[in-house]
Amino acid sequence: MALSGVTPELSARDRAGLAAMRLVNGASRRSGRGLGTVAGGRVAMRVAPRLLERLARGLELALVSGTNGKTTTTACLTAALSTKCAVATNASGSNMLPGHLAALGGTRAPCAVLECDEVWLPRAIPLEQPRAVVLLNLSRDQLDRTSEVRHVARGWQAAIETYEGACVANADDPLVVSAATGAPGVAWFAGGLEFAGDASSCPRCMARLEFDEHGWRCTCGLARPDVDASLGEGSALVDGTEVPFAMALPGRFNRGNGLAALLAATRLGVDVEAAAAAICSVTDVAGRFSTIDVDGTTARLLLAKNPAGWSALLQLLDGDTAPVVVAVNARVADGIDPSWLYDVDFEQLFGRRVVATGERWRDLSTRLFYAGVVHATEADPRRAIAVAGSGQEAVDVVANYTAFAGLHTGR
Amino acid sequence: MLRVVTVYPDLLGTYGDRGNGIVLHRRATLRGFAAEHIEARSDGALPPADVYCIGGGEDGPQQLAVARLERDGTLRGRVADGAVVLAVCAGLQVLGRSFASADGARAEGLGLFALDTVAGPGPRSVGEVVVDSADKGFFPLTGFENHAGRTVRDAGLAPLGRVTLGVGNGDGTDGAVAGRLVGTYLHGPVLARNPRLADWLLAIALGEDELAELEGDPSVGLHEERLHAAGRARALR
Repeated sequence: MALSGVTPELSARDRAGLAAMRLVNGASRRSGRGLGTVAGGRVAMRVAPRLLERLARGLELALVSGTNGKTTTTACLTAALSTKCAVATNASGSNMLPGHLAALGGTRAPCAVLECDEVWLPRAIPLEQPRAVVLLNLSRDQLDRTSEVRHVARGWQAAIETYEGACVANADDPLVVSAATGAPGVAWFAGGLEFAGDASSCPRCMARLEFDEHGWRCTCGLARPDVDASLGEGSALVDGTEVPFAMALPGRFNRGNGLAALLAATRLGVDVEAAAAAICSVTDVAGRFSTIDVDGTTARLLLAKNPAGWSALLQLLDGDTAPVVVAVNARVADGIDPSWLYDVDFEQLFGRRVVATGERWRDLSTRLFYAGVVHATEADPRRAIAVAGSGQEAVDVVANYTAFAGLHTGR
Repeated sequence: MLRVVTVYPDLLGTYGDRGNGIVLHRRATLRGFAAEHIEARSDGALPPADVYCIGGGEDGPQQLAVARLERDGTLRGRVADGAVVLAVCAGLQVLGRSFASADGARAEGLGLFALDTVAGPGPRSVGEVVVDSADKGFFPLTGFENHAGRTVRDAGLAPLGRVTLGVGNGDGTDGAVAGRLVGTYLHGPVLARNPRLADWLLAIALGEDELAELEGDPSVGLHEERLHAAGRARALR
């Protein structure tokens, strides 16, 4: 790790906070009870309330937020920035302020890319004063835990209005546009919109939005802005410059995430061609799209956490013929209310060999029944993979958060 | 042709509320009845229907939904002609006389239920709910609630049932029943978890005394499992 980076001026209190965080996080890691990225940060915020602010000062910092694609975009932007300097990041996905502290407290890197929970973003911006903020999309996610999506958009708008750094925002998502319009340093990318269910009405006046091939608009004047970055066939166009852009990660939605990272990297001073090459080489993002072997069956793991994520993945699978294992849990980290199953068009799985699994396989099986999708059920996810693959074929596994983590880490 | 309409999903459509329309439509067609399900947006005329499903929403859209339903007039007219209505969460409040608006003021509802909803004193009520009663065959009901309101019924308005887990209206009961109108705080796809409630509504709408069991219906097992889970939750409390 480079030692030439910025050494922030820390008070005695800050140093005590930092020491406490390392102690607690180390203990949490060693005990196997956690990843060692959250508990210590909470302690440090009590001991030294201004520690995060001081650690962030002087860093070339970017925040990445949105309902979907945060982790992938953060990985892509980290790869792009790494072409010019060492980069700290919260790759573990601990994306609230304690996780940010853990990422910044353990590094001397001069740059940082942090994914940020969308509800926490309005608090993170004034504290951390980032050079760039990436706004991906907003749609319904864990409504039992956070507030409604329009409320989150209003929080973003209030924080962005007075923010003078670069704001890289998705022109295709009306909720993002309503939040980011008026930001002094806004740049727009054509990131696509995977789930229009929360964006069919104007975020400002509730009138019906008109969508066509050129974008979207409302009678009140809110409309899709002209973009600074867009995708072509195997290429990207950024500020009028076309660069090769064939990403290793699958799916249209990941190309949108990559484009967001590319535009943000240019705003942080990275050469566009170098940034594009680095982003295209990203393959494995926290185990997503990786494969595991279950008794001779190769299973590709796909993570979806909310209706927009499910909709994007079901589109990715469309046209494929491999059997599909669908795994759903409803623990606290997933959201304990699986009502969202009815916001996802599982009809798209019609005709495939489908196995429903996970702790809430009965909810899933009922949803598939009403979607007219013939399927088998198997409570245990690993056995479900074996059933779907019959020991021969490759299988796609779409799982929500804890169901995915269980398969990926084997726990 | 049985027509099921999900009312204004653009305004009242959180938590998978469209699931109720999907369930009614499917349970009718699987039994050989001709049926259709329309998700009717708020910027067009509300189609006449045999069953209306009304979902939950945020405060602002909830007030807008009342204004548009009043101006449209179809729902009120169809209710007078005997249409079946299932209203969940904010939908229950919309059918009442009044509810608390975003700024805490009193907002007018449609007045089809003799009840008023005020802002609750504490945090939101979020979690599993069980509603029971001896008076109809579809009990006990299992569901999930997420709301801040407290609903006060007039003495003459019957609740849907008694709450044995969760909060519901806030007085030990949940929802309301008046003729063919059913309201509940069990939000989202409540009919997916409670197939007998779905069939009870369907039988009324179709004018049938009884509906045949559906073969291979996984929601029967889901209903049992959720009641078991609720029993464990109560035991741990």
